[in-house]
Amino acid sequence: MILTEALRSAGAAVRLWCSPARVREEGTTPDYRFSLANERTFLAWLRTGLALIGGGFAVDQFLPRLHQGLRVTFTVVLLVGGALCALRAVNHWVRCERAMRRGEDLPVARFPTALALGVGVLAVAVVVLVLLGRTT
Amino acid sequence: MADHTPPDTGSSPRPAPDRDPGLQPERTRLAWRRTTLSATAVAVLAARQLLRSAAPGAAEVALTVLTGLLWTGFVALAHRRMRAMATGRPPGLSARTALLLVGCTAALALCGAVILVRPGH
Repeated sequence: MILTEALRSAGAAVRLWCSPARVREEGTTPDYRFSLANERTFLAWLRTGLALIGGGFAVDQFLPRLHQGLRVTFTVVLLVGGALCALRAVNHWVRCERAMRRGEDLPVARFPTALALGVGVLAVAVVVLVLLGRTT
Repeated sequence: MADHTPPDTGSSPRPAPDRDPGLQPERTRLAWRRTTLSATAVAVLAARQLLRSAAPGAAEVALTVLTGLLWTGFVALAHRRMRAMATGRPPGLSARTALLLVGCTAALALCGAVILVRPGH
């Protein structure tokens, strides 16, 4: 029962994601300033994703003495994290836009906490490995 | 909502009526500019990685061209949106633009992964 419910909501999210233009058809157009604020939030998340991708390149290029396997792992984690961050940015933007049009509360999310913890753990790991001089 | 119109002193010209006193379009335009700068930094790092190769081959050239195309697409989309911000009441961001931008970003990340695992690296 719970599983079908979860599948249905996931399907709805994917449909919304694939045709976000339909959002325009429901509710009323919010104040343009709110839409612009939502757009800036989207761009801030996109920059966060770009920063993670840039961090992936940086790990690969500027830590040449790090163990090969560790370096590839960190780089791939950062690149995947950046891509996920960008995908999540557009998903959150669409959901906020829809909530504003319907006059509902804005969606809450666990993603920022997960991202903060992930980046924190990764940063500490890189600092410790560099300080220990874990080379080759 | 509070009225943000400054008191009329009689001599100073009043702002144009379609000009948002919170400068929301300007702030959004600058947010777009920051985003293009972030994308540029990522593209430069990708190009640096590729051009440092000891013996650049066809794969390196193709990946450099692809990165350049993705960056160009990103900046062109952002530029079009920034021009829309010049109007007093800009229309909403189109979902197509948002999806294309995210597509460019994800493709840059994918490019990075390919650069990383390509043979001879």
